[in-house]
Amino acid sequence: MGGLDVSRTQDRLSPMAQSGLERKPRFLTTSGVAVKGLYRPDDVAALDYNRDLGDPGCYPFTRGIHATMYRGRLWTMRQFAGFGTAEETNQRFRYLLKEGQTGLSVAFDLPTLMGYDSDHPRAEGEVGVEGVAVSSLADMETLFDGIPLDQVTTSMTINAPAIVIFAMYLAVAEKQGVPFDKLSGTIQNDILKEYIAQNEWIFPPRPSMRLITDIFAYCAEHVPRWNTISISGYHIREAGATALQELAFTLANGREYVRAGIAAGLDVDAFAPRLSFFFNSHNDLFEEVAKFRAARRVWAKLMREEFGAKNPRSWMLRFHTQTAGCSLTAQQPYNNIIRTTIQALAAVLGGTQSLHTNSLDEALSLPTEEAVRIALRTQQIIAEESGVANTVDPLGGSYFVEALTNQMEQGVWDYFRRIDELGGVIPAIEQGFFQREIADAAYEYQRRIESGEQIIVGVNAYTIEEETPIPILKIGPEIEAKQRERLARVRRERNATRVKETLAEVRRAAQEGDNLVPPILEAVKAYATLGEIIDELRGVFGEYEEVLIL
Amino acid sequence: MPTATVSQRKIRVLVAKPGLDGHDRGAKVIARALRDAGMEVIYTGLRQTPEQIVNAAIEEDVDVLGLSILSGAHNTLVPKILEGLKAQGADDITVVVGGIIPTDDAARLKELGVAAVFGPGSSLKEIVEFIRSHARPR
Repeated sequence: MGGLDVSRTQDRLSPMAQSGLERKPRFLTTSGVAVKGLYRPDDVAALDYNRDLGDPGCYPFTRGIHATMYRGRLWTMRQFAGFGTAEETNQRFRYLLKEGQTGLSVAFDLPTLMGYDSDHPRAEGEVGVEGVAVSSLADMETLFDGIPLDQVTTSMTINAPAIVIFAMYLAVAEKQGVPFDKLSGTIQNDILKEYIAQNEWIFPPRPSMRLITDIFAYCAEHVPRWNTISISGYHIREAGATALQELAFTLANGREYVRAGIAAGLDVDAFAPRLSFFFNSHNDLFEEVAKFRAARRVWAKLMREEFGAKNPRSWMLRFHTQTAGCSLTAQQPYNNIIRTTIQALAAVLGGTQSLHTNSLDEALSLPTEEAVRIALRTQQIIAEESGVANTVDPLGGSYFVEALTNQMEQGVWDYFRRIDELGGVIPAIEQGFFQREIADAAYEYQRRIESGEQIIVGVNAYTIEEETPIPILKIGPEIEAKQRERLARVRRERNATRVKETLAEVRRAAQEGDNLVPPILEAVKAYATLGEIIDELRGVFGEYEEVLIL
Repeated sequence: MPTATVSQRKIRVLVAKPGLDGHDRGAKVIARALRDAGMEVIYTGLRQTPEQIVNAAIEEDVDVLGLSILSGAHNTLVPKILEGLKAQGADDITVVVGGIIPTDDAARLKELGVAAVFGPGSSLKEIVEFIRSHARPR
């Protein structure tokens, strides 16, 4: 039964349960891992403070990557936003910055994520619906209009076509007169988790890895403060994985990117300090905190011991967190504020560097402005009122949390061994290993909800006749027409010869193995569209075919 | 084993993911639940066009077509699929939709011929029972 501990724990009823003193036969985390009634010193007897925990800011960073953590600087409150056209998202960004948000995070629509222009037949009905539509540099210029790129940090959730969108961002910076070494932000650029869980892939894995190492190499030289990849467990968890699977698969992917960078001839310390991570924070408070703490310890060991990194910044796992979208309910939606609060608390207790809190209405639609404000206020209340940011790693030393952290770490090493036995991450993807593990876990979780063992308030317990629907944000079909018109104007007004020349250069570089960032930057500056550039690459790299797992 | 009569034939269901949406957790969970409930389940995989889905439903001779959409594109995609089924004389196939579908959109889809819309939090038991009692008669 995959990576779940459920079947193994069934025959391990605690003495208290056997004596009938406990209210249920077993107590499981959200991920289905059995939890004991009491943790004592002997559960962490082998724990060595300096070896296994260390002070915050010291190897292996279990307690945090900075000595002062939130006493020095609070986490970045970064709400993911994007819908409709670039103008509308630009307005939402300005609103969020005015309300005290400290970083931007761009959601792109599905056609953009899949490398299709807004006027492609497959884009019909999807333009601007799940995020903002960006087909050419003109859209990117509008998106960041009036936002000086040297004064914000921008995170962009873009993967298969990341190299093109990143080039557009560089081109906007150039137009604003901002030197590349002043730019700071993140592109998600994590293609492995797309094959594993999120499913927004275009090219096969191997050429996709090359696009990523091209970005590593380009940024090491020209955009030194840019986070070149955000290695993401978020989507793996949303697809149904357990906390352990999320952690293990994400770190396995991270290990794979480091191997690819080294294989491409880069020095590990030249690119590893710019790797960042992105995790989910689900309902089970202590399980999540343990996951974040174990993440830092495993990564530090991996980078120092396996890859021989010398720079302490290469050892530090920095991460963004988003609360769990899949935990939100359409029933009694205001309850989602409470769920999100607990999840955000776990992220802060786990030492996150930045945080997105979901809005209460996201099981129903894109969030309204009011719902987004409440989500942001949730973070501000945790930061300013709860007191949890006053001391570093407040749960460190808890018998329970340290035992869970150890258990999580051991589980990661076990998964690494299984992945290596399959030949590594890409062969494991091709054999459907991750996909099957996740589908098994998702089904198991749903069955626990069906049986009532896992209670979801408002869904399988404490239900009510639903009240009148809450206000929701709707994207009208006029957005698509407007965006197509914008794109038609770009196509009309650009220099067609220059577009053709720069696209030919992209194709040549793809074929000959040159770094693709410079020719793609030239192409976007000539207003070649996202779809046109992706088509050139597709012509050289081919397309990925889904491994069907049911 | 007695020979299966037409009425005892297993219910055949096509689970399909139209549009560009890659969220397949729900589709896969439902497919397994229907299979565990004794139905024959075919899964299309991701990013199928309305034409591909209509053709697959007819070729596979299914009784029920389950569409999973979490991208917000349901107002474009579902009507196209319903029209496609009708044009091929296959509009007796029971169509159900699952995903993030706002209440008023769900009402409109039902007017167009969708038998049921299942939102987040729907129970597997409820879905299985609905399909059992509403699969097109053979």
